[in-house]
Amino acid sequence: MPPSYLPGGRPPVPAAGYLPGLRLAGRVATRAWLFVALFLVWWFWSSGSKSLYFPPLSSILKSLWTQWVTGPARAELGTSLEHLLVGYVIAGLVGIGIGALLWSLRYLREATSPYLYFLYVLPAPVLVPAAMTLFGIGFTMKVVLIAFAAVWPTLLNTLDGMRGVDQVKLDTARVLGVSPAGRVFRVVLPAAAPQIVAGLRNSLQVAIILMVVSEWEASTDGIGYYIVNAQQSFDYVGMWSGIIVLAIIGTVANLLFVVAENRALHWHYGARAVEGTRQV
Amino acid sequence: MNGNEVGPEVATAAAGQAGPPVVSLRHVRKVYGSAAGPKTALQDITFDVARGEFACVVGPSGAGKTTLLRTLAGLAQPTSGEALFEGAPLRSVPPGIGVVFQDYGRSLYPWLTVARNVDLPLRVRGVPRAERAQRVAEVLASVGLADAGRSYPWQLSGGMQQRVAIARSLAYRPDLLLMDEPFASVDAQTRFELEDLILRVRQEFGVTVVFVTHDIDEAVYLADRVIAVSKSPGVVTEIVDITLARPRDQISTKADPAFARHREHLLGLVMNR
Repeated sequence: MPPSYLPGGRPPVPAAGYLPGLRLAGRVATRAWLFVALFLVWWFWSSGSKSLYFPPLSSILKSLWTQWVTGPARAELGTSLEHLLVGYVIAGLVGIGIGALLWSLRYLREATSPYLYFLYVLPAPVLVPAAMTLFGIGFTMKVVLIAFAAVWPTLLNTLDGMRGVDQVKLDTARVLGVSPAGRVFRVVLPAAAPQIVAGLRNSLQVAIILMVVSEWEASTDGIGYYIVNAQQSFDYVGMWSGIIVLAIIGTVANLLFVVAENRALHWHYGARAVEGTRQV
Repeated sequence: MNGNEVGPEVATAAAGQAGPPVVSLRHVRKVYGSAAGPKTALQDITFDVARGEFACVVGPSGAGKTTLLRTLAGLAQPTSGEALFEGAPLRSVPPGIGVVFQDYGRSLYPWLTVARNVDLPLRVRGVPRAERAQRVAEVLASVGLADAGRSYPWQLSGGMQQRVAIARSLAYRPDLLLMDEPFASVDAQTRFELEDLILRVRQEFGVTVVFVTHDIDEAVYLADRVIAVSKSPGVVTEIVDITLARPRDQISTKADPAFARHREHLLGLVMNR
């Protein structure tokens, strides 16, 4: 029972139907039907395929299992995920850190802003040759490349989000006796969090792209290496299985991100939902 | 141990009581630089507010009321003249001042629950955890929100949210409570409730109040003294002692002929007639 002082109860919590199981099944069906349909089309359309380039889905899935789950490609998967994780975490921390620094130092911000946008619009894959020259072809090169490419969305969104924090929220914090450092951590960061998170989400997409791209050339391991290698040795089944693995990584990473985002920003979505329904 | 602690004996103090004023403005002038050249928000403001007093500042829009309040809070420095809080010049925000801003939607932190919003000033003051929980519960009960601690501010109605803001600014027991048109964005019914609430809690917490409003009825109803400020650039036109009896009542106080007289006089001042 919602307390009486709440206008219309607690809005952001989704109402449970009287048959929650059925509702859930309905929701899953609404989202999954296209996937099932496409899967079936691909399966039957390719089932008798003798084409070298478009092998049957059944053999791709078999390769997925024998190569990526139980087989040798597991190592490639581990390597790639390691690069992605380390590179992305560095990008996130550096992006928020430098974004916050630029927010607090106006002269630095105004002097650096043209260069920031210049670097932001530079397509990071073209940096692969330069990164190879500077860092070789190993772990360092890949992590540096991923971090460098993925840092910009987070950095620029952090800067933008912090600059947009309401002056009344900052004045309130001063009046309440919150120290300057406390104001950054207790007010500015949470107030800018929705925008920072949007930046982190873009950074994740960029990081996944760079994870693969950094393994295309002169590499000896990783998913990108595996796909290119399979293609060059006419193992099209292996190539397709690698592409599917990439799609799965992207999907799972995004899903984890959304779960974390909904937990961290539940207040933001709740407040927005209320704003949308309140008429005054 | 706590310099902000106010004993109950001052709770009933009124204007003209002995002792140094809590707030003292001496020929305060405030000029802002803007693209269109310097703009004078406050021309010459001088007044004192005694301990325990309820002072209302009224004036038309553009009389620099918000600038005046920011100066009193130590959020803005006067261009010339002097602003003193408990005898010391206001260079920054002193710990003994609470402020309730007009727009609760902007001053409350939506990522914190009601209880944690109220707890924030106690937490940054290093009050021990157990005492914090107790004080938060007490102050929320005082504003009639004993059960709302675990809600988020945006789940509450506007009037409730402003109560949270009031509770938060009282939680650390300030000597002076500044309020900037705090009830301007709530409906009339809620407004009356909140006016009575603020009269009650200032007794309970023994706090001096400076209340900025453009509503003359509200000012007369609440105040011991009304400070009328003229349109930009702001100067004090008159300081009016409100002689209405306390406790005040929304119906009988407003029916009092003295209420109408104060109202008429102040309306004339504000409308410059």
